[in-house]
Amino acid sequence: MTPLTPSTERGRILARLGQLIEMPADDLAAGAPLLAEELLALGEAILEDWLHAHGATPTDGGVEGFRLLALHRQGARGEPSFNACRETCRELVYYRNLIRLEPTHEDLARRVRLAAMVAHHLALFVGGKLEVAGLGTFCCSSRALRQQDTAATDMNA
Amino acid sequence: MTEKYRKVAYYPGCALEGTGHAYNRSTKEVGKALGLDLVELKNWNCCGAMEVKNIDPKLQTYLSARNLSIAEEMGFDVVMAPCNGCYHNLKKAEYDLAHDGESREVVGRLSQKAGHETYEAGKVETIHALDWIKEAIGEEGLKARVKNSLQGLKIANYYGCMYTRPRHIFPEKDKGPGSESTSKPHFMDDLLAAAGAECVEYPLKTACCGGAHTLSDSDTSTKLVLNLLTTAEACGADVIATECPTCHTGLEMHQVRAEKVFGRKTKVKILYFTQLLGMALGLSARRVGVAENLSDSSDLLRARGLG
Repeated sequence: MTPLTPSTERGRILARLGQLIEMPADDLAAGAPLLAEELLALGEAILEDWLHAHGATPTDGGVEGFRLLALHRQGARGEPSFNACRETCRELVYYRNLIRLEPTHEDLARRVRLAAMVAHHLALFVGGKLEVAGLGTFCCSSRALRQQDTAATDMNA
Repeated sequence: MTEKYRKVAYYPGCALEGTGHAYNRSTKEVGKALGLDLVELKNWNCCGAMEVKNIDPKLQTYLSARNLSIAEEMGFDVVMAPCNGCYHNLKKAEYDLAHDGESREVVGRLSQKAGHETYEAGKVETIHALDWIKEAIGEEGLKARVKNSLQGLKIANYYGCMYTRPRHIFPEKDKGPGSESTSKPHFMDDLLAAAGAECVEYPLKTACCGGAHTLSDSDTSTKLVLNLLTTAEACGADVIATECPTCHTGLEMHQVRAEKVFGRKTKVKILYFTQLLGMALGLSARRVGVAENLSDSSDLLRARGLG
């Protein structure tokens, strides 16, 4: 499948996450298992967006059984600051597992909503890094990101 | 308990003399209330923060190493840095000096030029304010000293991104029970729970606060902070506890900006964990600098009988 342009893809993802965050609790609980998988897929799409923007081909592999974590690992290659969203990705996996493993839990709707908020944070973080050219290495920095040493080849390695 | 943490060298760093002044004040007050001694480094300098690190990482290593050298010269083998940025940079310098010959060469050369002893890795241990209280007093010690329990106060603990990243510069973390975790840090949760608070599960406790975007893209920062705030509220939190002056200021400023620019009002209050601990220990809100915060928590604190 040809990837959408980053801005279109990001806009679609953010809009969908916004819908999920605002969705009534009963609807979230009713659709919880499917929504959990959708949120994981949206997380993957966010990271694919990052990889495409760097000219890399997103991996189909998995880490600890999850493609999302493999994509994060790929995205952080040659770009240590990208590790600032590692735990966000792990939290998304954690909430997906909670929702799937306890489908009748009394807190189910809140768990889905929190998972959507975690995915929303991932989308904002990655979007921010993509949009602001020149944001640099570890966290609060101003060094140009797109120096020659962060070439796409690093991420395809 | 670790006896050696009862009296430590103190490296406040630049932020605690400026926007993070309330953190400086409350850290010192909590130390006093707990009978712990802080001795400020003489003639300390900038840790190299982000600005120097991005231009010349080796110079940043030297700047942090000089502070460690001062601590050693003053006779300390432990230095406490409450700011996540400073804590991170001192730990990074320690790591670089232990593992990178070029860093050792640069630090040696610049130290000689500046006329002070060259710091060698392993001489001084850098700890955070969380380590300091957790190790010197511990949860049980804290419980015994609480005069004004935080009972009923729901807190989301926000650690920010630099307290645990990158993992390799924090070799003491992830060592099993009792040690801090880099994936789900809990020291702040442990301490505030010991003071009576109810710490809510908060999935964004180490997520980015947008500090990197603050000046170059304020809207992105505001959106990130707004998501942190709304998620904390969805978790049921009355307060977000912080342990980093950059995160704290960012949360406060963008909370105001989110309302102004995006029309999104959030009610969750933002307080340093040292302010909360201080009030639990019976100190007044004024004494721990609550009035210096941008986030006005006076109504909440009064309603809870704090401060």
